[in-house]
Amino acid sequence: MTSAPPPPAPPPATSRSEFLAGARDQLPLLLGVVPFGLIFGALAVAAGIPALEAQGLSVFVFAGSSQFVAIGLIAGETPALLIVATILVVNLRHMLYSAALGPHVQSLSLRWKIPLAWLLTDEAFAMASLRYQREDRRTAHWYFLGTGLTLWASWQLSTLAGIVLGARIPESWSLDFALPLTFLAILVPQLKDRPSVASALVAGGLSVALIGMPLKLGLMAAILGGVAAGALLEALARQRSAEQEPLR
Amino acid sequence: MTRPELWLVILGGALATFAVRLSFIALIPPDRLPDSVRRGLRLVPPAVLSAIILPGLLSPAGHLALSLDNDRLWAGLLATLVAWRTRSTWLTIAVGMLALWGLGLV
Repeated sequence: MTSAPPPPAPPPATSRSEFLAGARDQLPLLLGVVPFGLIFGALAVAAGIPALEAQGLSVFVFAGSSQFVAIGLIAGETPALLIVATILVVNLRHMLYSAALGPHVQSLSLRWKIPLAWLLTDEAFAMASLRYQREDRRTAHWYFLGTGLTLWASWQLSTLAGIVLGARIPESWSLDFALPLTFLAILVPQLKDRPSVASALVAGGLSVALIGMPLKLGLMAAILGGVAAGALLEALARQRSAEQEPLR
Repeated sequence: MTRPELWLVILGGALATFAVRLSFIALIPPDRLPDSVRRGLRLVPPAVLSAIILPGLLSPAGHLALSLDNDRLWAGLLATLVAWRTRSTWLTIAVGMLALWGLGLV
């Protein structure tokens, strides 16, 4: 790793060793991923989604939090196109990952870019971006592929286990309530500053107030209102600190 | 929801997610996204999650239910406290479910 390879010699890392390193480095992250897959599978079944479609969400959408959001909306009989729009909004943050890794994969063909983009989850981004900070990036896309596929396979298996498990849990246990509880567990740690708190409070309040709107459009309006409120608060805070700057 | 509609959600959601992830990998990436975009994107998840959680807790039957016998509201408040203090997903779900079952018994 530290010794420089002689110029004409083959590269120190082969595609195979990179792939395996990517898979191995993803293992610790699976501690956080596998439980969520289990919960997802069980909750999808509890929400009345057939097993095949529940697995289909994990196979094709492959984006944890948006899948949880989707089963909540499916259970609430939300129109399909509005659910698709909400999935898009929830996953918009992946554009940041795409922009961050884009420069590293520019030289690859579309045959590489398509699977790598499809595997670009939070966890794959975390490991791949670390890899791209290291030297010798010629074979790093194999690392990216290894880490992404490991995650994908784990997500499928844990979803399947959750579906099997969830189908055995009786309805009287009110397992559907575990969905809002999961959301709470994801939401609360994100409330780090005033703009994020404002975004959550305004969106939540609007969502309750607009509950009677047709086609559940109140949800979209609430999300936009929340983000606008948070952004406004952030802009005001920046303006205030900019005004105070010359005094110091 | 019918099964064709479910598949519309699955394939539509998959396509939307893939398009977002492919965006700057396929196109020429910018040096950096504008700061306003980065900040705006950070505020989206809290808004979405809260907009989905709150109606379920405050009005489970479609109308506001700020009453003592709204078990889901009280269990949710307790779970929020646990999430805030412990940041543990498992503990948040466990305490929330136990609270709901406990309140159902009294």
